Amino acid sequence: MSLQSVLESGKFVITAEVGPLKGTDTTEIIEAAEILRGRVDAANVTDQQSSVMRLGSLATSHLLKEKGLDPIFQMTCRDRNRIALQSDLLSAHVLGIENVLAITGDLPSLGDHPQAMPVYDLDSVQLLWVISRLNQGYDMVGNELKGKTNFFPGAVVNPGVNTEAGFELQLIKMEKKINAGARFFQTQAIYEPEKFYKFMKRVEGFKVPVLAGIIPLKSVGMARYMNKSVAGVFVPEELIKKMADAKDKTQTGIEIAANLIKELKDISQGVHIMAIGWEKKVPEILDAAGL
Amino acid sequence: MILSKQKPWEEILGYLEGENSVFILGCNGCAQASGTGGPEQVKEMKSKLEEAGKKVTGSSVVDFLCEKALIKSRLRSKIEPIKAADSILVMTCGVGVQAVAAAVNKVCHPACDTVNLGGSRGEWMGSERCLECGECLLEYTGGICPLTACTKGLINGQCGGASQGKCELNPEKDCGWELIYNRLKALNHLDKLRRFIPPKDYNKMMPDVETMATSRWALERTSQKEKA
Repeated sequence: MSLQSVLESGKFVITAEVGPLKGTDTTEIIEAAEILRGRVDAANVTDQQSSVMRLGSLATSHLLKEKGLDPIFQMTCRDRNRIALQSDLLSAHVLGIENVLAITGDLPSLGDHPQAMPVYDLDSVQLLWVISRLNQGYDMVGNELKGKTNFFPGAVVNPGVNTEAGFELQLIKMEKKINAGARFFQTQAIYEPEKFYKFMKRVEGFKVPVLAGIIPLKSVGMARYMNKSVAGVFVPEELIKKMADAKDKTQTGIEIAANLIKELKDISQGVHIMAIGWEKKVPEILDAAGL
Repeated sequence: MILSKQKPWEEILGYLEGENSVFILGCNGCAQASGTGGPEQVKEMKSKLEEAGKKVTGSSVVDFLCEKALIKSRLRSKIEPIKAADSILVMTCGVGVQAVAAAVNKVCHPACDTVNLGGSRGEWMGSERCLECGECLLEYTGGICPLTACTKGLINGQCGGASQGKCELNPEKDCGWELIYNRLKALNHLDKLRRFIPPKDYNKMMPDVETMATSRWALERTSQKEKA
């Protein structure tokens, strides 16, 4: 079943993230696909995540599709101009990819090629608009396509931006993304369900499904690092203490993630698990969450 | 010297939709030299606006609008007509519009697009920066340029990377979009943030041959030809 039909059925949706590695060895991707198939409804393929050069998201999405896992092709605006973005979208359709997640992308200066020219010819809102145009059978300047696309476009939102202005700006941009064609959202990692509930109340009227982001904690250091350096992510001290006190950190990380999923189950339309190297543990997390 | 050209009349009039009165500001510097915002153009703009049914509460031509201290001192005698106006129409480059928007608590509409001179940026004292994109967006962003205030140059709103109002890349740098939000909120114009800004036309950001055709450029070209 496609991601679109699962979302439309009203079922609680589970997506996970697969991050291509640097190089041509696809063993781990194939393994991840085998493990996730049947357990998640779709899998995101990150696009040069954190501006680190790796195997591409288009080819990797195609590999997942071949392995029977519905891919969500992530596309950032950082590395390609409007000609390349549109062309890659046409290529994705030809390869049978149905879901596209439009994102602006981290700055190159944060990655392993800080010398790179940041492109940002389009932004995420404009990319969603372009996807809608391609779906209608036209390129962004109005030329007719011989064969149109049929994408199910998604977008991201960061509910944790910690100023009033930032929070409101996220909501305004979310609405702009919906108007430009976004049909579902995935969020930055959530560790405080009560705060997330307030966000969900604010976006209720948008009538667009939101999948809450889950990043399983692996260590105290990881939690502290995210609190310091990842915008919009806040791991409460209570969870950090739980990790610090744990004998089996892996088991505790899995339990925390599973508990979060249980709490988020009633307030979101699904979860998006970003395991960051722990793809193989996703089934355990889902088992512990009773999914 | 920064070169500007006036925006199409319909675009300027569109910015003033729903407003009855306006104060016009020109600049005796580059805008006068560009023939877009000197005393003559301010006078012309005044009659055109009045013909279109707008009340012009006053006007002023300052030298130079890129200098916020100068703007404040020169406009001291104009406080009443500025207060009486719904907005200010600023007939100068992107730097001037941003400096006025920062110095005066009023909605500022840009009347000009700043033309790219291919690297020659002129000099000014303030923190306002203009990319000379040829498609001024200051109308929608509270007089703060998103192309220069936002590290990513995003024009449709904030990315997910701001923390405590600061940019992900540099904790010393304010998030440009949060500045824009706070400015528009103070002006009661948050509705402007809902507008979809279409992709930019980068052709307009390229300096054209005519612009580059200074006498020196012509000389250099001739000498190249002679060498060939």
